[in-house]
Amino acid sequence: MTLTKRIIPCIDVDMDDDGNAAVFTGVNFENLEYSGDPVEMAKKYNEAGADEFVFLDITASAEGRETMLDTVSAVADECFIPLTVGGGIRTKADIKETLRAGADKVSINSGAIENPELITEGADAFGAQCIVISVDARRRFDDEGDQYVEVERGDGTTEECWYECTVKGGREGTGMDVVTWAKEAERRGAGELFVNSIDADGTKDGYDIPLTRAVCDAVSTPVIASSGCGGPEDMEEVFVEAGADAGLAASIFHFDEFGIGEVKRYLDEHGVPVRL
Amino acid sequence: MNVTVIDYGVGNLRSLRRGLERAGAEVTVSSDPDDIRDAAALVLPGVGAFRECVANSEPFHDVLVEKAENTPILGVCVGLQLMYEESTEGAPAGETVEGLGLIPGRVERLPNSVKVPHMGWNELTPERDHPITDGIEAGDYAYFVHSYCADVTGRTIASCEYGRRFAAVAANEAGNVIGTQFHPEKSGETGLKILSNFVDYAEAYHADEVAAAE
Repeated sequence: MTLTKRIIPCIDVDMDDDGNAAVFTGVNFENLEYSGDPVEMAKKYNEAGADEFVFLDITASAEGRETMLDTVSAVADECFIPLTVGGGIRTKADIKETLRAGADKVSINSGAIENPELITEGADAFGAQCIVISVDARRRFDDEGDQYVEVERGDGTTEECWYECTVKGGREGTGMDVVTWAKEAERRGAGELFVNSIDADGTKDGYDIPLTRAVCDAVSTPVIASSGCGGPEDMEEVFVEAGADAGLAASIFHFDEFGIGEVKRYLDEHGVPVRL
Repeated sequence: MNVTVIDYGVGNLRSLRRGLERAGAEVTVSSDPDDIRDAAALVLPGVGAFRECVANSEPFHDVLVEKAENTPILGVCVGLQLMYEESTEGAPAGETVEGLGLIPGRVERLPNSVKVPHMGWNELTPERDHPITDGIEAGDYAYFVHSYCADVTGRTIASCEYGRRFAAVAANEAGNVIGTQFHPEKSGETGLKILSNFVDYAEAYHADEVAAAE
């Protein structure tokens, strides 16, 4: 018996024009398309056999935050699988109110980069298992990184790059190497690492394997791979080639290109342990 | 059936409440020892850091020991660990911290040969019959998040394996003090079934009591 690899659908939640929380999915990077009601989607994925559910609040406004907590509670009421909530978490009080609203784990991104002590405080107060540190990694091809990996270029040749932690959806760099940050987050008590790739996001060309592998090799904390999933083969690759513990996907599930059960059956047939 | 969930300030109780409600229970969430003394069935949750759980649940220890005489009690995760006799967590090397002693056994850290905490979905193996696992079969999955565990003994109802075999579901000899190492409120259909079994068991337990009195 062994732990299964987790398949995790993720929703990005914003306010629609009427001020209601709604799920939006990025198509070709930036065009956000309305793709459903958060509570209905939670229900659907819960029933479809998802192993966890991730809810990202992308409103980034004070009024939005209040509505979002209510929505988190409504989602939690339909979610009998672990629920991770992220977006705009900057303080210990934010962590507490998000957990109280019904989240099992919180995902913290720039809040932890701005104040790494938040990881330690959160882990001490609420347990490491509920502190997920999320990074938005971007490839950089210069000599300012700490750890380099080989990546393939479009023409089949390879090149060395490092991964920079970015904030604001990849629009702003921090100069910090993702691998260095992952180790620090783990040392400070992060219970999981959630690794997004700005380069792979929205491409459906597969996860950023060198990135995921570099993080998995550097830490013993479970790693959730995110960005770029176009189908079950990509999930298999990130589990087998990169060593990820969980694979996250959004649009392939939201737009019904693949079902959760279909992905799991594929993985099972290819020798990847999953919960069927 | 009224079920009281003990709120001692840890984690998210929402899913536990909802899961019990789905099972047909009326749920009271309370931190008042008097409510707990009057409860017909109790759930002792446990999310997060063990030391905090032990310290925060301290005001309820005596009443729990009292209630264990005549009330169905379900401990979840650290809630189960608290019910054993002792734990090595938070104790100096070679020593242990005393538990409530409701279920015989000792809680120890998972081996270093595996990633700790054990976090994720793993399979259950039934060890003996108890109403709490009615309808649960070998290979059903449950969601675990823990670093410590107890041995499989005669009191184990279902086991799990992660680096070693350990008790996933256990109960005292009388059968009314039950615990799950996994989170039934986060274990999908399998977990909801276990919560529903607990509510049914508590109902039957009190029905038998009434019948015996008559």
